Amino acid sequence: MLPAPFEYHAAKSMDEALGLLDTLGEDAKILAGGQSLIPLLKLRFASPAHLVDINGIKELDFIEEGDGTLRIGPLFRHKAAERSSLLASRYHVMADAAPQIADPIIRNRGTIAGSVAHADPSGDWGTVLLALDAELVLRSKSGSRTVKARDFFSGPFSTVLEPTEVLSEIRIPAAKPQTGGAYLKLERKVGDFATVAVAVHLQMDGGKVGSAGIGLTAVGPQNIKAEQAEAALRGARLDDATIKEAAALAADAAEPKADHRGSVAYKRNVVRVFTERGLKRAYERARGGG
Amino acid sequence: MGHSITVTVNGEKKTAEVEPRLLLVHFLREKLRLTGTHIGCDTTHCGACTVLVEGTPVKSCTMLAVQADGQQVTTVEALAAGGTLHPIQAAFKQEHGLQCGFCTPGMMLTSIALLQEKPDPTEDDIRWALSGNICRCTGYMNIVKAVKSAAVQMKTAAATPEAATAAARS
Repeated sequence: MLPAPFEYHAAKSMDEALGLLDTLGEDAKILAGGQSLIPLLKLRFASPAHLVDINGIKELDFIEEGDGTLRIGPLFRHKAAERSSLLASRYHVMADAAPQIADPIIRNRGTIAGSVAHADPSGDWGTVLLALDAELVLRSKSGSRTVKARDFFSGPFSTVLEPTEVLSEIRIPAAKPQTGGAYLKLERKVGDFATVAVAVHLQMDGGKVGSAGIGLTAVGPQNIKAEQAEAALRGARLDDATIKEAAALAADAAEPKADHRGSVAYKRNVVRVFTERGLKRAYERARGGG
Repeated sequence: MGHSITVTVNGEKKTAEVEPRLLLVHFLREKLRLTGTHIGCDTTHCGACTVLVEGTPVKSCTMLAVQADGQQVTTVEALAAGGTLHPIQAAFKQEHGLQCGFCTPGMMLTSIALLQEKPDPTEDDIRWALSGNICRCTGYMNIVKAVKSAAVQMKTAAATPEAATAAARS
């Protein structure tokens, strides 16, 4: 299969990439890992006139923690997330999700930021960022703005990203002590999209929940933040009754559609079960276990 | 508009004029006539088209040829250089790690990258590493056996100098 013809620009710097987007506007797409975009080009679901390849801008491949923020660059790949000892030790929801993205060969090239900007409702990273209450830096030639992950997604494969903007950085509040997380994903086989997945990020404050983040994958027109479940957990003791209540609220927040992967009732029930399990696992980890 | 690219394929510099939309797999198969790299699904699922780019397994149907400009690409044709089978090829033959053979080049290149990173992989490591390569004949048991056997061969080879040279060639 051949994509429709396009012009190719290998940007040497972010300024050059932003300049190209500024000139070309809607006719241009950023090419990062390409593991979603190139299949779309081949299937001709997308046929931009210009591709701006950022793979040559090596300084965009970074992860760093400082001043209360974990910052991730647009070329940070799934494989690097999978192998990051920083994520494994303190950002469990990310460390859990990374090895469950697509398959190992795709993870060698695909990027977190690219996946988020692609905004597939079955994509995993958007959900993880919702649970982590991340912010996204959107940069254009004329400046930059910061939006919350919850305000970023606007529908299936749709975001508030303007054609002249690049998702230039992901910002995650640095993990405090007593933080734990988990990502649970049901897939029919390696490389399939999630039937359902649930992201949990929990920060304990003594014996009570300081804050809780819960994200849902593949059960709505976009990744969902289960805000009522989060609110029910805040300030509560994490006993069985609280966990059950939060899981029921998360299941209510899901808007699944029946398809070959399962019925509405089935998917909603998986959300409930995964939220319970995720909260328990996150809690264990917040206490220094598992 | 054509782009002039120079890619080091199996150790040899190849320069060509390519359209930006040309996929790496088509560059290898059609421009260079290296047809050992197979096209299976064309939709980034099956891993038959896996090659090594700078030593890392990549689905060559999901990378543009222009993106390989200035990079090193290794295909299955490089493995038996000099007419001697690479230990991974010998092991696939010995352990019946192939039936129809269509997925084999991708399986072997992914396996080589695994063994370079983990010379002594567990069965889980092997299954995990190969989970992006699909075998339509479902010959997975023997594929896993072949990779294990190759790991032993390559470790033994690494212990003797002349064999180490052969293994290092990969």
